[in-house]
Amino acid sequence: MEHNPTGAELPLASFYIIIVMFCSKIDYFPQVGNKICLYNTFLALPIKTSGHRGSSDNGKSEERLVLDSAVNMCVLQTVRIMFKDLKLCREGRNVVRYKCVPLNTIKDVMHQRPNWIEVKDDGEWDFNWCDVGWLRENFDHAYMEEHVRINHFRNHYELTRKNLMVKNLKRFQKNLEKDMGRTEASKCDFFPSTFAMPSEYHLFVEEFNRNPGSTWIMKPVAKSQGKGIFLFRKLKDIIDWKKVSYSKLIMKIKVNLIVKTQINCVFAQDRSRSEEQKDAAHLDSYVVQRYIENPYLINGRKFDLRVYVLVTSYVPLKVWLYRDGFARFSSSRFSLSTIDDKYMHLTNVSVQKTAPDYDPEKGCKWQMQQLRRYLTAKYGREVVETLFGEMDNIIIRSLQSVQKVIINDKHCFELYGYDILLDHDLKPWLIEVNASPSHTPSSQEDYEMKYGLLEDTLNVVDMEGRLTGQEKRVGGFDLMWNDGPVYTEDLNLQTFGSLCFTANTHLGCVNDREKNLRQLLKPFPLQKKI
Amino acid sequence: MEDGTDVSLSIAQIVQRLRGSHLHSQLERQAKDCLHRPEIKLESLKEDVRSFLRASGWEKRLQNAVYRELHVQLPQCHPTAPAEHLKEPLAYMRKAQASWEKRVLKSLNSMSTELGVPLARMRPAGEQKDLTNKWNEMGTDEPDLSRFRPVYAPKDFLEVLISLRNPNHDSSEDMTVKSHWGLIQVPLNIRDIPQLRQAYSELNLNNGQLGIDDHAHVHPDLFENNYVHIGKKVVVEQDSAAAQQYSRRGCPTGLRSDLWALILNSTNQPQDVMHYEQLKAGVIQHDLLVDYLIYKDVKLTASNDDYYFVFEDFLYQVLLCFSRDTAVLEHFKYNSATPPKSYVHGKVGNEEFAVLYPPNGVIPFHGFSMYVAPLCFLYNEPSKLYSVFREMYIRYFFRLHSISSSPSGIVALCLQFERLLQAHLPQLFYHLRQIEAQPLRIAFKWMVRAFSGYLSTDQLLLLWDRILGYDSLEVVAVLAAAVFAFRAENLMEVTSLASAEAVLADLSTLKVMPLIQIFLFATAI
Repeated sequence: MEHNPTGAELPLASFYIIIVMFCSKIDYFPQVGNKICLYNTFLALPIKTSGHRGSSDNGKSEERLVLDSAVNMCVLQTVRIMFKDLKLCREGRNVVRYKCVPLNTIKDVMHQRPNWIEVKDDGEWDFNWCDVGWLRENFDHAYMEEHVRINHFRNHYELTRKNLMVKNLKRFQKNLEKDMGRTEASKCDFFPSTFAMPSEYHLFVEEFNRNPGSTWIMKPVAKSQGKGIFLFRKLKDIIDWKKVSYSKLIMKIKVNLIVKTQINCVFAQDRSRSEEQKDAAHLDSYVVQRYIENPYLINGRKFDLRVYVLVTSYVPLKVWLYRDGFARFSSSRFSLSTIDDKYMHLTNVSVQKTAPDYDPEKGCKWQMQQLRRYLTAKYGREVVETLFGEMDNIIIRSLQSVQKVIINDKHCFELYGYDILLDHDLKPWLIEVNASPSHTPSSQEDYEMKYGLLEDTLNVVDMEGRLTGQEKRVGGFDLMWNDGPVYTEDLNLQTFGSLCFTANTHLGCVNDREKNLRQLLKPFPLQKKI
Repeated sequence: MEDGTDVSLSIAQIVQRLRGSHLHSQLERQAKDCLHRPEIKLESLKEDVRSFLRASGWEKRLQNAVYRELHVQLPQCHPTAPAEHLKEPLAYMRKAQASWEKRVLKSLNSMSTELGVPLARMRPAGEQKDLTNKWNEMGTDEPDLSRFRPVYAPKDFLEVLISLRNPNHDSSEDMTVKSHWGLIQVPLNIRDIPQLRQAYSELNLNNGQLGIDDHAHVHPDLFENNYVHIGKKVVVEQDSAAAQQYSRRGCPTGLRSDLWALILNSTNQPQDVMHYEQLKAGVIQHDLLVDYLIYKDVKLTASNDDYYFVFEDFLYQVLLCFSRDTAVLEHFKYNSATPPKSYVHGKVGNEEFAVLYPPNGVIPFHGFSMYVAPLCFLYNEPSKLYSVFREMYIRYFFRLHSISSSPSGIVALCLQFERLLQAHLPQLFYHLRQIEAQPLRIAFKWMVRAFSGYLSTDQLLLLWDRILGYDSLEVVAVLAAAVFAFRAENLMEVTSLASAEAVLADLSTLKVMPLIQIFLFATAI
């Protein structure tokens, strides 16, 4: 039985080639990488056996035939499955091709979503959960089709960088005062006085001297998770630090001043100013912030709140508030006498994790529901409702402050992590807003919460087109602002004359998201077929 | 006639006890002061003083105090009966409790000798100062506790309860087969479902309940708003009895701390604060061996709990003071347990040199701190937290770790649980028994802690609302059975104790009130 040793493999090989061509053409190849691997193993098998057969001839042919038919069966089945996928792929938006940062929770969420397939490398995508670095490099060159969505706004940093956030808030407040008067502007008094360093160093020194004995905190603007933060009470304390990081800049400013005073020339002034700005942009990387010295303590422990807010559009402003969130406790007891103890003052889990006696089993988080119940037990419902109302105010005002600055783009949405601190009088203070809130879970409960959060984010963004657009609630998200406040009651004739509307926010309330989703969403198309 | 003497006897007892109280002297002072008022006339002095006291709210306080005394009142007993009958009428129970205490004490003593840690010692001045300074952050202190171990765990205690037998009762005859199924083999009178339905009628399906009808999808106008409104009225009225009745259908989160304090008559008067400060001074002066047991217990339980870790310091502040509080000793009049005695060095056996140890007579066991932890949710001030806890302990919690025939006692609860399960789900009970996963072995730890640390906090507080409202721990046994009923389907499929335990390992997602309600009122019997 002498014949071409590769004859039997030919149809297989051609199959493979056809498939590869087909896949690469419509960009399917990356998602089925694993199946292609399968092919490679199948293809390798018969070649190997054929070589084997060549050496020992006869008797093996039967075995080989069995093997071949088995292989053929496998191949056929796989091809069938693949063609089905391909068909789906071409049938329109049934399949969402996504690209994603390699972070566990978000990856899991997308991976487990029916009909969502991951795109590797430079493949074309419909949905991109990217990090801000990717955004900076690629956003401007990318052409995006109508249906495509991405998880950041182009200049998200207007809100999420500490210095810019304060700048925007200050401007917003000034405009409010001009247009609406002082009482309206006072509603923005929810951020501690903050100065950009070193450009506002002199303003800071003035303010510092007006409040002798106060404590201040220095933070790098672009870093997150508690990196590079320190506290101080004396100007002397920051001088050493200042010397190191700003000596160069100060030198330059001095030189420029000399230049300015000596040569009164327009050209020189312009030049120096632009240079100054460039340097400032480069080194202007710290803010100094009045430290909240009377934080609200639970049994001597400081904590801050993490609240999740989803913005799906800036013009008109459309904001969703997630029901879950958490309070992060510092592991040591609060006291201002030892301001060197970084672990005590920072409630970031990232910082806490590096504390020497951090015990992952111990956990230092409370779910928002837990905190709300605790505060209700202590102060009654009215006080807590007022407090949560003030937190709503913080969220809306801060977003309004950047509404005109952010480049609105219908492709973009953004999930913000708000860090809010309560002081002793239960007044909430906005500490910062994070663009890429940590999705690394600290415990199983935390994982489930974040999983739900991300899943509902995708539900609101609605790549599948399952919503009507009129929903006030999707899973754990409540629509809190839709070009104006959203109320729980529907506006109709019956409620028209009524003065009592309740805001449609349920932070720290029961999050029965799955039940809501069951009522709200049609089953996924693929699931329906099965 | 018999009844009449009983009543007058208890009235006399209560009056006697109130005489010595602070309230009594306050009333006297008020009465004296009011004599100067114009509206008090000499000819109608008695009535006038009385109406003055009523108008100024003192009568209400007196009523609440009487109400409190009625709760902790000694059981009706023949005047000539010995005092030990007050503690526990059944001799075999008394005996079992005594021998259990002996074991516990032996274990404590041997720990003291083995580790070379004295039962008590005076702290040196420096140490006292240190402790004063870090009173609010005791949790930051990390003493070496590796050598200490809890004196006993609920598991050890369960073994004792299982071995309990009534010597006067021949269990071989006159018993249905069923009663041999369970682990608890003592005859106690416990209520069956129809009786429970009657006793817990407020929980029936027709009544609005917090924990059910305040759920997110029920409009608050249907029940919640109105109910909260009534709750506020109860708080304004300051009436213990009304608060207790109200608590049967649950306390709203915002009013719970006030309502519970009212039910327990823990008013946090200046003298209570002073008492607490004295206890605190006691902690600072002396170091006890039991302190280490408390530290160890808090570290093992509350500090590792997702909800309660925040309250670590509070727990020390309450539990260390509790161990020094001799006022707790009073409850041993009606507790089957007896405080252990220790003797001054070298004078063992000489009653003159005997002291009770620890000063409050209660030796903490593994999980003890969980009686306090949920209360930290309600009270900020350590003194208030302390007085509420102490009252809860001397009314309810002590019954969960002493052997007695009381219907709220742990033995009755265990039996109650087993009987309910046998009656409701005989197949399940039989199945679990066959695979050697006796239900009580799983449920016991829940009941000993009154579910603290097993349920989510909101659910736990809803359960404790009912304990206070019905002045009984019975509902704990009902819930334990209801949990089994709820997971019955999965439990029927397990084949070992370990897998049964796994099915019931996480109770934090359960909603207790629907479970109890369905178990009591919506199940065919």
